[in-house]
Amino acid sequence: MLRDVTIGQYFPGNSLIHRLDPRFKIVITLIYILMLFTGSNVVCLAVGAVYTLIAIYLSRIPLKMFWKSVKPLLPFLLITALLNILLVDSGDVVFKWKFLKITTGGINISVFMIIRIVLLIMGSSLLTYTTSPITLTDAIERLLSPLKLLKFPVHELAMMMSIALRFVPTLIEETDKIMSAQKARGAEIDTGSFMTRAKNMISILVPLFISSFRRADELATAMECRCYNGGEGRTRLRQLKAAPRDVVALIITIMFYAAAIAVSIVYKQLTK
Amino acid sequence: MENIIEISGLHFSYPADDGKEAAEVLKGIDLTIKEGEFVAVLGHNGSGKSTLAKHINAILLPTEGKVVVGGIDTADEARIFELRQCAGMVFQNPDNQIVSSVVEEDVAFALENLGVPYEEMRRRVDDALKAVNMYDYRQHSPSQLSGGQKQRIAIAGIIAMQPRCIILDEPTAMLDPQGRKEVMATIRRMNREQGITIVLITHYMDEAAQCDRVVVMDKGTIALDDTPREVFSHVERVMEIGLDVPQVTELAWELRKAGCDIPQDIITEQECVEAIQKLFAQNKAISR
Repeated sequence: MLRDVTIGQYFPGNSLIHRLDPRFKIVITLIYILMLFTGSNVVCLAVGAVYTLIAIYLSRIPLKMFWKSVKPLLPFLLITALLNILLVDSGDVVFKWKFLKITTGGINISVFMIIRIVLLIMGSSLLTYTTSPITLTDAIERLLSPLKLLKFPVHELAMMMSIALRFVPTLIEETDKIMSAQKARGAEIDTGSFMTRAKNMISILVPLFISSFRRADELATAMECRCYNGGEGRTRLRQLKAAPRDVVALIITIMFYAAAIAVSIVYKQLTK
Repeated sequence: MENIIEISGLHFSYPADDGKEAAEVLKGIDLTIKEGEFVAVLGHNGSGKSTLAKHINAILLPTEGKVVVGGIDTADEARIFELRQCAGMVFQNPDNQIVSSVVEEDVAFALENLGVPYEEMRRRVDDALKAVNMYDYRQHSPSQLSGGQKQRIAIAGIIAMQPRCIILDEPTAMLDPQGRKEVMATIRRMNREQGITIVLITHYMDEAAQCDRVVVMDKGTIALDDTPREVFSHVERVMEIGLDVPQVTELAWELRKAGCDIPQDIITEQECVEAIQKLFAQNKAISR
C-alpha cells in the first residue's frame, strides 16, 4: 500500500544518539564531514571509521540499514573507483597491457575514496535515521535563526518545510485514490509504452494539483483562524534544551577530529 | 445572559469577477446569540450558511451592516486576534486544518502564535487534549488517526485558545457514523461542561434536533428561528425550503396525514416510540 510509506528514513527509538539535541547532532555531523575531508590518508580515515562504528553501535540501528543506504550509490562508487584505478599514474606499475596501466597509487586513491564516501553516507544516514524530519526542521530553524538579522526568512522556510512534511502522507493517500478512480475509468497507468504511461500520468497529476491548491487555500484560512501571524513573537511547545550529554558528545567529536589530524601528521612523518 | 454574537442588517456580496456580476449571498441578516447557547444553522447548499459563519470571526467582512462578537466589531482590524481567540472556527475537512505532524504540536499552534509562555501552553494543551479524549494520542501523527479523531484534534486546537464561542462549519460532513457520534458528543460536552457557545452549521437534521435553537437559512435570509421542536413542526415549510425534517418527525407527519392521532412535535426516536406505543394501546382499548 502506498500509505505505508514512511517519510524520510526516521527510525523511532530511544537510544543515546536518538536523545541527543538535534541542533548538536547537525553540528556534530558537519564536524564529522569536515573530519572525513581534511584527512588525506588512510590512517585518518581509520579514526573516522572507528568513530562511525561507535556511533552506529550506540544508536542500536542494525548495520544492514546502513548497507541499504549505501547500496543505491554502489554503481556510482564502482565507476569512479575504476576511473581512478585506470587514470591515476603514480607509484609502482602493477599491471600493464597495451595502453592500460594500473599503478599502486591508483589503487590507493580509489580504495581511499570508496571508504571516504561510504563513511560519509553512513554518518549522514545516522543523522536522518535517529532524528525525525520535524525535529530536524525545527533544529535547522533554530540554527539558522541568526540569519534573521540579515532579513532571511528563516521562520517561513521552516514553516513551509514542516507543512510539506505534514502533507506528504495526506497527498500520498490522495494520489492512491485518484489512481484507483482513474483506473476504474479505464486509464492505463501500469501498462503501455513509456510515452503512453507518461501521458496517462497527466490524468493523475491534474486532479492532484487542483486538490492541493484547494487544500492550501483551506489550510491558510484555518491558520488565520488560529491567529497565525508569521514568526514574530511566537513561543514554542517543543522546547530544545541542551543537556550535558550533548556537550560531551560534541567534545568527543572534536577530540576525534583532533586525533585524526594528529595521527595523520605522525603517519606522514613515519612514511617519509 | 449576555449576547455574545450580535448581527444586525448584514448584507454581503462577493466582489464582482470580470464577466460575472456581484452576487448577493446574504440579504439582511439579524441574529443575536446568547452566551452558552447551542445553535444549529440549517440551510440548503448556497443558502449562505457558511458565508454567515465566516463573518463571525472576520474571515469575511460585511458589505453592509454590522457583526459584533464578544463586544468586538469584526471590522476592527486592530482587535482581530482578540476576536479570533474569542470565537474559534472548526472547518469541514479535518485534514486541511491540521498544521503539524505531531498531534500535541498542532493543538499548541494557536497558543504558539499568541505567544503563550511554555508552562501555561503545556497545561492548556494537555487540558484541551483531555477534554476531547485524545490525550493518549498526543505524540501520534495526524495521518495515523481516523477522521473523527482528527476532527476532535481540530476542536482541541480551538479549545486550547479558551474561546467563548466555537463556530463549526459542517464538522461531521466528511466523517463516518462513528466519527459523527464522537464529534457530536464532544461538541455537546464542551457546551454543557465549559459553557462554550456553539454555532453548529450542519445539514444533518438529527444533529440540529440535539441543539437548543435552530436557525434555518434560505436564499440569504433567515427563514425560521426557534427551538428544534417548533421549527420541525412546520414540516411543510421546512420541506419547501428544500430541507428534510428528522426521519421520526417525517414519520409522525405522514401518520398524521393518514389520520392517526399522533403529536406533531416529535423530534427524537424515544418520543416517537412512546407515541406509537400509546397509539397501539389506544387502538387495542377501542377494539376490545
